[in-house]
Amino acid sequence: MKTFKMGGIHPEECKFSAGKKTEVISLPKQVVIPLRHYSGKPSIPEVAKGDMVKVGQLIGRADGFVSANVHSSVSGKVVKIDNALDAFGYKNPAVFIDVIGDDWLETIDLTPKVKRTCDLESSEIIKKIAESGIVGLGGATFPTHVKLSVPAGKKAEVLIINGAECEPYLTCDHQLMLEKGEEIVIGITILMKAIQVKRALVGIEANKPDAILNIEKWAKTVEGVEVIPLKVKYPQGSEKQLIQALTGREVPSGGLPIDVGAIVQNVATTFAVYEAVQKNKPLIERVITVTGKSVPEPGNYWVRVGTPLSHVVEKTGGIPEDTGKIVAGGPMMGRALPNLEISVAKGTAAVLFIPSSESERGKVQNCIRCAKCVFHCPMGLEPYLLMNRSEKNLLDELEQNRVMDCIECGSCSYVCPSNRPLVDYIRYGKSKVGELIRSRKVQQL
Amino acid sequence: MNKLVVSPSPHVHSGNSIQKEMKSVLIALIPAYLVALYYFGVGALIVSATSVLSCVLFEYLIQKFILKGEKTITDCSAIVTGLLLAFNLPSNLPIWIVIIGALVAIGVGKMSFGGLGNNPFNPALVGRVFLLISFPVQMTSWPRPIPFNLAYMDAETSATALTALKEHLENIPSALDMFIGNMGGSMGEVSTLALLLGFAYLLYRRTISWHIPITILFTVFVMTGIFYLVDPQTYASPLVHLMTGGLMLGAIFMATDFVTSPMTKRGMFVYGIGIGVITVVIRLFGSYPEGVSFAILIMNAFTPLINTYIKPKRFGEVRKK
Repeated sequence: MKTFKMGGIHPEECKFSAGKKTEVISLPKQVVIPLRHYSGKPSIPEVAKGDMVKVGQLIGRADGFVSANVHSSVSGKVVKIDNALDAFGYKNPAVFIDVIGDDWLETIDLTPKVKRTCDLESSEIIKKIAESGIVGLGGATFPTHVKLSVPAGKKAEVLIINGAECEPYLTCDHQLMLEKGEEIVIGITILMKAIQVKRALVGIEANKPDAILNIEKWAKTVEGVEVIPLKVKYPQGSEKQLIQALTGREVPSGGLPIDVGAIVQNVATTFAVYEAVQKNKPLIERVITVTGKSVPEPGNYWVRVGTPLSHVVEKTGGIPEDTGKIVAGGPMMGRALPNLEISVAKGTAAVLFIPSSESERGKVQNCIRCAKCVFHCPMGLEPYLLMNRSEKNLLDELEQNRVMDCIECGSCSYVCPSNRPLVDYIRYGKSKVGELIRSRKVQQL
Repeated sequence: MNKLVVSPSPHVHSGNSIQKEMKSVLIALIPAYLVALYYFGVGALIVSATSVLSCVLFEYLIQKFILKGEKTITDCSAIVTGLLLAFNLPSNLPIWIVIIGALVAIGVGKMSFGGLGNNPFNPALVGRVFLLISFPVQMTSWPRPIPFNLAYMDAETSATALTALKEHLENIPSALDMFIGNMGGSMGEVSTLALLLGFAYLLYRRTISWHIPITILFTVFVMTGIFYLVDPQTYASPLVHLMTGGLMLGAIFMATDFVTSPMTKRGMFVYGIGIGVITVVIRLFGSYPEGVSFAILIMNAFTPLINTYIKPKRFGEVRKK
């Protein structure tokens, strides 16, 4: 079975919520919709305090190219526009809306009928996606229209659809593939049209055989879409690793997927593209997994963007007694939360409760040079060395040893027998080297 | 509710620890230890117990009174060092010499550099080579293997196969005896079979990778094979070289010591070839009959250099279009 070639780990899968049908979580009293969902610029508010809004109405306009529109996920009254803490620990502008009823914009097609044909041209599709505020739902939340715009001189050859869901615990993409297979496949054909390719590869890990069957079934109804089962291995869902697993091509160091003719989109993003293009529905809700070893009934839920996590948790069984850590996202790359007043962002894939017995890290000991971090690094780096040079602030050496190639997947920290905080230091080193590279560019100008 | 822990990802850990790694090494050493107890009896028990206990005690004392750090003996690495040192000693060695060996191994070889993880040379080998140079007579008189032997220092001695080869003697053990370990030698090195069982276990537990041992064995096999083909009268067959002396023990357990071996697969090949070549050169042309310990220590010295200049294959190490 196909997989990426270098390194990787296989943590305990813990997919407790696999196969649990998605349920809709009732509306909260108030939503806090972040205006910044990605590494780009925050969008500019389009509404003011006291305005009445409908579901799907534009409330934040993209500011520049790498930025995305934001729409209201509820109907009601704008109470204020203020900074709110996000899962990353930063304060960013957000729109606070008191929920009144559930009044959708008339332009949105709410009928359950699946619309299969799409008559739009490539540029029209990308424009529609940009208008609908779609960002990558796999976690990085990079604006989708930017990824779909192929730079001059490059050519897309293949569309890669990421259904790997390699993070332990998470099942939201899995469940979406089971319930919305037809829509996802139509979304794939729309994306293929947008980037003008004839071929799409859907990578799904072998621990989701039902999803593989379902997507294969619908893929037969269209042309050029192929489903490829992948060996279960983390971090398969990382762009570069997934491209290698599916096509054998290796994205060059410092390059982008388009350098090897590939464009990668997550399955949930693909579903959002279908809804935007065929149903005129902007990205205002997503599936999230609520899970954990002590959660009595782990499940998958449709949640409106901006819903406070405290509301989600209240409606799904509350906080388990022994909780020591709450993570937004998966256990390998998710963010530990200081409280539950943070709201669901477009990229929030899960709420994970970790029992207190597993929340604290083990005691850090000397590096015994066992080389496990080197052997498991999917990028062929030497994490022990990068950590050491980060501690000493030796930025030139860090750069020579390709610290910027690190994808922060956490495999090194996971396997380290001495519990060394490898990724923590490498992140620090990356940020320092990143500064250095930017200052060099400024000097050249 | 409890207070929430906030820390950067990842939020899960494999559960691996230094102690677990060391325990797998100890489990892997069991077959060879049983063979040692069978053929060398009471002597093997006394030497190994002395070595392990003194290594642990010295580490404890040095850590407590000189380095004044936290207790480190619970990581089990001193037990591994002690057992490996014993494996490299003849089973009729007087207790006081074993204790000196343990002091040099732990004190000089390990703790003087700051403890586990910081030592450039394999501590057990530092101890062993120190004893070999200081007490050449006691270190090179090996007891004859007798099942359930009750004799200790007064055990009947015999030459090892390698000494026999060096001095062109005729009494080389049969291939089967060499394979199961029915021959004279240091207590833990005699049984190729038992050491290979330990190797299989280490590979199964992924404590070590195959790269270093296989490279060493392959290099020795090829080099001695060439000499054997050129002049079978003077040089022993490569299989004899593989199964005698400390080669198996060294390749599987000593050269693969985490701290002192290279950290990339490519580096491990270079390191393994180096050990193989030096071993063969010493065995065939040196004045010592055996050279594995020296070969490993010499290549230990090159490990930092190998780590600096030999890098792993990087992802995306291709020419940018």
